[in-house]
Amino acid sequence: MTIKIKDLHKKFGKNQVLKGVDLTIDEGHIYAILGPNGSGKTTLIKSILGMVIPNKGQITVLEKPIKKDWKYRKQINYLPQIANFPPNIKVKELIHMIKDLRNSAADETELITLFGLEPFLNKKLSTLSGGTKQKVNIVLTFMFDSPLIILDEPTTGLDPKALIRLKELIQKEKAQGKTILITSHIMQFVEEVADEIVYLLEGEIYFKGSIETLLEQTEQTNFEHAIAAITTIGSHA
Amino acid sequence: MLKILKYSFYDLIRSRWSYVYFLFYLALGFVLLFLNNDVSKAVITLMNVIIVLVPLIGTIFGVMYYYNSREFTELLLAQPINRRSIFMGQYFGVAGSLTMSLALGLGIPFVLYGLLRSNAIFDFSLLLVTGAFLTFIFVGLSFVIAISNENKIKGFGYAVLLWLFLAVVYDGLFLMSLIVFEEYPLDTFSLVATALNPIDLSRILILLKLDISALLGYTGAIFKKFFGTDLGFLVSMAILLLWTVLPILGLGHKAKRKDF
Repeated sequence: MTIKIKDLHKKFGKNQVLKGVDLTIDEGHIYAILGPNGSGKTTLIKSILGMVIPNKGQITVLEKPIKKDWKYRKQINYLPQIANFPPNIKVKELIHMIKDLRNSAADETELITLFGLEPFLNKKLSTLSGGTKQKVNIVLTFMFDSPLIILDEPTTGLDPKALIRLKELIQKEKAQGKTILITSHIMQFVEEVADEIVYLLEGEIYFKGSIETLLEQTEQTNFEHAIAAITTIGSHA
Repeated sequence: MLKILKYSFYDLIRSRWSYVYFLFYLALGFVLLFLNNDVSKAVITLMNVIIVLVPLIGTIFGVMYYYNSREFTELLLAQPINRRSIFMGQYFGVAGSLTMSLALGLGIPFVLYGLLRSNAIFDFSLLLVTGAFLTFIFVGLSFVIAISNENKIKGFGYAVLLWLFLAVVYDGLFLMSLIVFEEYPLDTFSLVATALNPIDLSRILILLKLDISALLGYTGAIFKKFFGTDLGFLVSMAILLLWTVLPILGLGHKAKRKDF
């Protein structure tokens, strides 16, 4: 398995965000982490990345505990939720800089063509629109070849064409046997790309399983309605 | 860490504010030399400006840079980079670029005026060294304040208050205690109290080197006896160094435990 989380607790002040999350993420699948606002999705992802330090519990990424380690992040490509870059540098320089900082081989030319970013390469990041910034963000995430990809709201601000490209990109990575974690509020997108659903509610995993299982358990025919009706399931997955 | 430092530094020296800061010192240097027509006198005037302004700019730049680069810091945190290196790199980037603006901005006019041929070169270097120390100290303090406060307004407020306290209020309290306790011997107290505040310490250090301590009367004599010697000079430098190192350690400590 790629990620193993055991009894994860996290508290921000008085607010208990994660209350004992147990989760295993297997290799080669696309997982969608869903849940209402404030259910702990981003906290869970940030704990895996080591950006949030848990109060209790263990996280293992690729068979190694991540506590006090940072080298394991070389195996992870992460797309943050809000793309905000240093305003004074150009797109080309930013790509070069992240490559330099990660110190690993990357192939960005294909991705730049795919998202039509050539005209923006010599522009400063502060002059780009939100959607273009998100495209740059996607290029930065996918240009490295890592076994684990984490996408936090990847569809934000994208036009339909770019959205199709993104979906193709995700499928291509999956075909290469990579593990992908996605959070999104666009249910149509989730339904198209995800194999497994992880539903978080009030800091606990409320449901984990395939879309078919979810539809069966909620007795719904529509995925979006199934998600909305998820809290009516009596038994925890 | 060096890579982060390099990028923070480049990012800053390309920003408009670094130029403004640099040009300000450049103009200040030229104007002072033109008005005073004497390197030594210009150094004294400069000292008064630097002692107050450098900490203020360091504080404001440090807080502003930290909050402005928050999202970028998050991007870096998800990369395979040690947390400490990220913050240390940013800290040295900010402090380094400010120090460079200061040294170049003041250095150019003075060198052009003939500093290298005058005997004020040592005083001038001391001025730049204390300016550099004050920059590193106050950028460090402001980073620690910024990393401890999620709320920008609060962080900004605390940082400015700290500057106000060390630059203005501290002196007031110091003077008041001298008046209240004038019946008692206060030599050691005033020495220690001066050494504890980096701004006061820098001021005394420069004043004594400029040989105008006679103006300070009896206290000046005592200060001269301590700070004027080589030992006193080394002790003061050590204290300034300690003031620089403590915020850096605090920053490392905070960075290790913080959630982003």
